Amino acid sequence: MKIAVCIKRVPDTETRVKVGAGGVAIDEAGVKFIVNPYDEFAVEEALQRREKAGGGEVVVVSLGPDAAQETIRTALAMGADRGILLKADAIPADGLAVAKAIAAELKDGGYDLILLGKMAVDDSNHQVGPMVAELLGLPCVTTVAKLELEGGKGVAEREIEGGVEVVEFALPAVLTCEKGLNTPRYPALKGIMAAKKKPIEVKPAAFGAVRLTATALTLPAERAAGRIVGEGPEAVPELVRLLQHEAKVL
Amino acid sequence: MATVLAVTEQRDGALRKVSREAVAAARQLADALGGTVDALVVGGPGVDAAGGKLGEAGADRVLVATHDTFGRYAPDGYAGTIAAQVKAGGYAAVVLAGTATGRDLAPRLAARLDVPLAVDVTSLEIAGGKVRASRPVYAGRAIQQVELDATPAILAIRPNTFAPAGSARAGTVSAIDAVPGTARVVVREVKAAERGALDVAEAPIVVSGGRGLKGPEHFHLLEDLARALGSAAVGASRAVVDAGWRPHAEQVGQTGKTVSPQLYIAVGISGAIQHLAGMRTAKVIVAINKDKDAPIFKVADYGIVGDAFEIVPKLTEAIAKVRAG
Ligand SMILES: Cc1cc2nc3c(=O)[nH]c(=O)nc-3n(C[C@H](O)[C@H](O)[C@H](O)COP(=O)(O)OP(=O)(O)OC[C@H]3O[C@@H](n4cnc5c(N)ncnc54)[C@H](O)[C@@H]3O)c2cc1C
Ligand SMILES: Nc1ncnc2c1ncn2[C@@H]1O[C@H](COP(=O)(O)O)[C@@H](O)[C@H]1O
Repeated sequence: MKIAVCIKRVPDTETRVKVGAGGVAIDEAGVKFIVNPYDEFAVEEALQRREKAGGGEVVVVSLGPDAAQETIRTALAMGADRGILLKADAIPADGLAVAKAIAAELKDGGYDLILLGKMAVDDSNHQVGPMVAELLGLPCVTTVAKLELEGGKGVAEREIEGGVEVVEFALPAVLTCEKGLNTPRYPALKGIMAAKKKPIEVKPAAFGAVRLTATALTLPAERAAGRIVGEGPEAVPELVRLLQHEAKVL
Repeated sequence: MATVLAVTEQRDGALRKVSREAVAAARQLADALGGTVDALVVGGPGVDAAGGKLGEAGADRVLVATHDTFGRYAPDGYAGTIAAQVKAGGYAAVVLAGTATGRDLAPRLAARLDVPLAVDVTSLEIAGGKVRASRPVYAGRAIQQVELDATPAILAIRPNTFAPAGSARAGTVSAIDAVPGTARVVVREVKAAERGALDVAEAPIVVSGGRGLKGPEHFHLLEDLARALGSAAVGASRAVVDAGWRPHAEQVGQTGKTVSPQLYIAVGISGAIQHLAGMRTAKVIVAINKDKDAPIFKVADYGIVGDAFEIVPKLTEAIAKVRAG
């Protein structure tokens, strides 16, 4: 099985967001970067599928700056075979531009499966996966929380509001991974050593036109400091009164 | 020629509440552009286009595309049908709802039409003839404003953020052609969650519980409270989801759902930054926690310090009384 996994370099989820000088992006000074958490599920799934198939290749692709090689190394340390960096000084806010560059790379790769995260936790775009699928003309299931593959066919489950959709598709296919699909492994020391010798190919990202641009990044209005209505069950009547007459939400 | 297309959403033939929200957002854009709104209903034969009162929410026309295979979500067929209507209609913008379905559908549509997409949009404006959309990023820790420089601009709005603003229109219903195309993926089955259960991401009221509830057997306290409140869903912190007390579908926060209800009640939840990421845009936040220094009180509009086991039943009782009038 030949599997591609798209992974994005994103700020650690604990990052205190500060707006950068240009006013459109975060200030990256001192920020720690990680593999997008949903992409870890994708990497893990690829590794398990390769193991199950008893062979194959897992190729990780990341579009980003030079530093994204570190992100790729993490996936290589988990067990992926090789990496491709689609180099771009900045990652465009336009998900379609990113998808085009990734699709162009994957097009003639002969992949049975292309895995992505359901979303990147920085821009929460929720779009690169299905866009890549459309650009490649492949079946796509998003936010997959459970997956069965057998003889070139797949059944995936995805959570929807108030239920779960059971979706059938044929390989090759593009899937985006949701939390719960598996438990990503931590790179072992042996893996980290091995990763140093695994190849990362670097080439320029081919976006085409970028037609969605960030014009501002602001911090959300601080919520006005709330008030402690009181202590214990005695405070309940006052809370209900406030909810009914002040907040008007009952 | 209409200016903005609102894509509605149905489940089992009935229009969902977010449909009106999509129409309301489309109306807002159409008014700024001086144009009209088409609402598109895609579904199986017999889908109820009128029941959703799309005209009342601001749709000038309601277009209905039905097909035997459209009863359940059919990604390829829906995307093909909408794309065909967009090409025929020459719209400036297309608005979808950012639900599980809408987030799946919108990028397919954008890629087919070769135009960019903004997801999770919480506000919209027209500046210099272009659509500008604001959307939470970094799990709600920042707001990004984007400008879409293509026609049509595709927008998926966040549920519970746009409301019809009393600009009713005719909502004249007519049929259009379905374009089923080749179904590359097929929804074979929809396993329903507990009957009638509201999803946390869409419920107007969310009552969430954390580790302070001590065990899964105590969540009935929150279920009772939710029932007393009416349209309310039960949510959970990651700590209790990881402990297996509650399903992941109920998790609120950075690795769970992002919710923007009218009222969010956090019970026995400390208020970790990753939890706040999922609920800080709620209109009103209430916290019940026995630790007066719990960070949740920093974002809560109203707090009660004390034992949830004593407070919640009293609250349920009081609210039931208020709602009974
Ligand atoms: C990458 C990452 C992603 C994460 N994503 C999420 C996410 O999506 N959602 C999320 O929720 N968390 C998330 N977390 C976890 C988060 O950091 C917290 O660990 C978690 O939210 C804590 O859950 P809690 O508030 O239920 O538990 P605790 O922090 O243990 O808080 C329990 C609270 O209950 C109170 N309490 C105890 N007894 C009572 C009582 N009898 N009556 C009233 N109050 C009582 C205590 O005072 C305390 O404040 C994430 C963490 C990481 C690192
Ligand atoms: N710059 C990138 N490089 C590699 N993969 C990416 C990139 N951006 C997005 N992806 C993939 O697309 C998924 C969805 O991202 P997004 O649509 O930006 O929320 C991510 O989880 C990644 O798998």
